[in-house]
Amino acid sequence: MAGTLFSILIFPGLLFLCIAGLIFEYVDRKAYARLQNRVGPPWFQPFADFIKLLGKENLMPCAANPTMFNLAPLFAFASVVTVFLYIPLWQTKSSFSFDGDIIMILYLLTIPTLAFFIGGWYSTSLFARLGSVRAVTQLFAYEVPLFMSILASALLADSWSLQKIAVYYAQHPAYCLFNSVGFAITLITLLGKLEKAPFDIPEAETEIVAGPFTEYSGKLLALLRLTIDIEMVAGAALVVAVFFPFALMFSPVVGFIVFLIEVLVVVLLLSLLRTIIARLRIDQMIDFCWKWLVPLALFQLLLNLILKGALS
Amino acid sequence: MHNSDRFKIPLGPQHPALKEPEGFSIALMGEKIMGLDIRLGYNHRGIEKACEERNYLQALYLVERVCGICSHAHATCFIQAVEEIAGVQLPRRAQYIRTLIAELERIHSHLLWLGVAGHEIGFDTLLMYTWRDREIVMDLLALVTGNRVNYGMNTIGGVRRDISPEDIAEILKGVDILEERTKYYIEVATQETSIIQRLSGVGVLTKEEVLRLDAVGPTGRASGVSRDVRRDDPYAAYGEIKFNVITDDHCDVYGRTVVRVKELMESYSIIRQCLKNLPEGPLTVKVPRKIPAGEAISRYEAPRGEDVHYVKSNGGEKPERVKIRAPTLANIQAVKQMLKDRYLADMPIVVAAIDPCFSCTDRVISIAEPKKDNRVISWETLRNYGIDWYTAHGIDFTELNNKFRKKLERV
Repeated sequence: MAGTLFSILIFPGLLFLCIAGLIFEYVDRKAYARLQNRVGPPWFQPFADFIKLLGKENLMPCAANPTMFNLAPLFAFASVVTVFLYIPLWQTKSSFSFDGDIIMILYLLTIPTLAFFIGGWYSTSLFARLGSVRAVTQLFAYEVPLFMSILASALLADSWSLQKIAVYYAQHPAYCLFNSVGFAITLITLLGKLEKAPFDIPEAETEIVAGPFTEYSGKLLALLRLTIDIEMVAGAALVVAVFFPFALMFSPVVGFIVFLIEVLVVVLLLSLLRTIIARLRIDQMIDFCWKWLVPLALFQLLLNLILKGALS
Repeated sequence: MHNSDRFKIPLGPQHPALKEPEGFSIALMGEKIMGLDIRLGYNHRGIEKACEERNYLQALYLVERVCGICSHAHATCFIQAVEEIAGVQLPRRAQYIRTLIAELERIHSHLLWLGVAGHEIGFDTLLMYTWRDREIVMDLLALVTGNRVNYGMNTIGGVRRDISPEDIAEILKGVDILEERTKYYIEVATQETSIIQRLSGVGVLTKEEVLRLDAVGPTGRASGVSRDVRRDDPYAAYGEIKFNVITDDHCDVYGRTVVRVKELMESYSIIRQCLKNLPEGPLTVKVPRKIPAGEAISRYEAPRGEDVHYVKSNGGEKPERVKIRAPTLANIQAVKQMLKDRYLADMPIVVAAIDPCFSCTDRVISIAEPKKDNRVISWETLRNYGIDWYTAHGIDFTELNNKFRKKLERV
């Protein structure tokens, strides 16, 4: 009981995730700044931002629905924190695991987007509503290739449990190379999930101010920002766990450090991608996802099906 | 809140996409723009009237503050008109220095625009890169004039500061670096897929529409209208300098980008020629405080397009009337046309593509009777004037007028 509570609240749960989220936000912002030839923020900037926002007043439009407006960020936060408990961090252990948890993780990662939609929609601001609709429209475009490429990897490992997938790829590290197309697709679609350039369409600053978050302020905004940070860590951790779980070959401490370095590499790749591409329009984004990413993901599925037959 | 499928969203007067206060009210259906209302006038400062209360030299410094970016453009345009009324022949060295500052200003304005365009399409890396390089030209301007903006270089009958051989060496060095960087930006703007995706086919304005709506500057030139005051009506030293007027036939935002980055290359060449052929001689000629009575219109190719100033003198120390037509006023009409059937996501870049300067544009117009005296015209007089005009052109409104009168009586 105490162990369960510890893993939910302290490590690798809430507390660890909050700190990791803010640290990786710093890494992302600093890398983004350096790639753009700027100085970038000091290391404590995300913490300072977070604390400052906590101290600010909570404002809500009087036309907004208070229940939905206040609950949406909490739902988003809870679901991304839960994701992390199912990801194997060292050796092949995750805090909780069952057959089929990879499906649950994918759905938990969808909840923040839906929560943003609900929060934005019920805040009744025009910009927030437009942003919410865009967020959901975008969801239907990136979710399919994302699921397909992650499940393709699971298909090769012949298991729907993240832990067993990790064991499989730890035993056959070379097989990770087969999934390189899926890895690229996941990385790109993750940008859509995290609403970062070139897929930051739902919160396109120059068009609709801050999209679903336009009306949020104070503690709720702090929570939303933290949610997005943790979503980034959880997404990157999922990519690592599914596509190159090399950390599992080492002893727990070394393994965990290797895992963190891998997550760091994924976060840096995301920063690089958002530095070098301009924001697309929503129609272009959907075209791109369905015309290019979905066929490529299908190809990955087919490849893994054939490989599975050939390898067994 | 919005039961119909069409709703209006306000872009401005305060909005992150806008750098100045202006209002766009967009009727949207989904992501598609169905209608657009533009409202200017949030930043009217009464500069024209204020000029009438100052002497010519003071007015010059006031006019320079019409725009923060093309300040030299407005100052030069104004002073050219004053000098024309006074019948002053400018020393050649002063003409060359004015040209030099004008081109340095064009470089800083176009680099600024490229960065803003990048930001509007969500490509902040381009913004950071171009604005970093823009610092080079800002430093050069500070070196030559003492200021980064509002250079204060002009005075009636010449320029206020000379350029030393050391300055020339510095400028040439800076221009070399900028030319290298600009070549890179030309590559980026014409080859980067996501930029081309966002720019090409967006904000289309055909050649006919340009001529009808009278768009000026790079906006017009990007639709194949080869108009450039520097060539068509040379002022300062442009008559003695060789340069190409860049045109493009893409007719869209992509074309406007290409025109601007290529114009940068022309500016470097103009600066080099200016510095190479910089004549020796005095910087100013003496002009009396009182400018003789008369009026003049002066044209100037500002980075955003043709700038027009009208100055009327009554023989005193102060101008009797100053009229400023900033290039944005000519271009803003075209925005509505450009946004026809486009998406909301195109709105910021299409507005940015005319390189708007709304605060410079804000003027108040009061209509005076077209005859000699300066009374404010009454509605009845204006109406009769219209009827007379149409009758003279063979169009008769008598029947319509009768209907109108009957309608009025019923009310």
